[in-house]
Amino acid sequence: MSTEPVTAVPVSEIVTPIRLDYRYTPGEASSRFLRGMKEGRILGRRCPSCLKVILPPRGCCSMCGELLGEEVEVKDSGTLVTFAVVNVNFANRTIDLPYVTGEVLFDGADMTTMVLLSGVPLDEVRMGMRVKAVWLPEEQWDYTLANIDHVEPIDEPDADYESFKELL
Amino acid sequence: MSNEVLSAPHSMEFAYTRSTGPVVGAFLTGLRDRKVLGVKDSRGEVVVPPPEYDRTSFAPTDASALVEVGQEGVVTSWSWNPTPRSGQPFDRPFAWALVQLDGSDTGLLHALDAPRDAIRTGMRVRIRWAESPRGFIDDIACFEPVEEA
Repeated sequence: MSTEPVTAVPVSEIVTPIRLDYRYTPGEASSRFLRGMKEGRILGRRCPSCLKVILPPRGCCSMCGELLGEEVEVKDSGTLVTFAVVNVNFANRTIDLPYVTGEVLFDGADMTTMVLLSGVPLDEVRMGMRVKAVWLPEEQWDYTLANIDHVEPIDEPDADYESFKELL
Repeated sequence: MSNEVLSAPHSMEFAYTRSTGPVVGAFLTGLRDRKVLGVKDSRGEVVVPPPEYDRTSFAPTDASALVEVGQEGVVTSWSWNPTPRSGQPFDRPFAWALVQLDGSDTGLLHALDAPRDAIRTGMRVRIRWAESPRGFIDDIACFEPVEEA
């Protein structure tokens, strides 16, 4: 191997890493949500004004601004409200292309959650299809929504468009 | 279930790949060869590091008209950094200094390896080169004081 430095080629590019180290605190409401995830439960919170179940819960209702009230456990089955077929991966993502990200309205919630959709051919994915969460093995559960590995279709009739159109 | 608020470390990192442009590219190529290049601008002053555009006329600068400046210079200003962050030249308290290299009319910002008590504006310093230059600003490891006779 030559030890002579490669000096013939002028420098035309540099890599400049930018790094930020945070201590992230999700706040009271999201902490409850994340503790729920650790137990395999999906916990939302109801707005006392509009009565919607906000998921994941923040301190306040994102529509009314009211402090959220009672905790509501929602189901891990739901309706695919809308979706995107992803054909271009981004950095550090190792999922095989193409894949589908779905906005799922879990039963009992009034807001959608973005999750990976698997187990269905691309040309059969449709708005309104019924899905259910596939969880990671329990020993891998942590304080994260990533405990839900993906959702997959279940054998139920599609939800009526009228039932979710306000979420679009 | 506990109501205690969670907290966890969270790091974000982006490795940007940037094109340098011909003039800054030539400057970095110069560092790789342990030379410091500047550009004579439209005011007749030598600017180090050389910018891609003239700071007065805003015309593109000419990569073929770069001039080499000295490897020693004068501290024109400095600031003590008591709490270095990850990625900075030293992991102990050190000074940032503006150094006007001999033959240059501007200050180059870099780390100065000297005890705080020994630093003063006007002191002579020289470049300490990195062991393996690669065409990056850290090819200059830091500046160090020149012992005055």
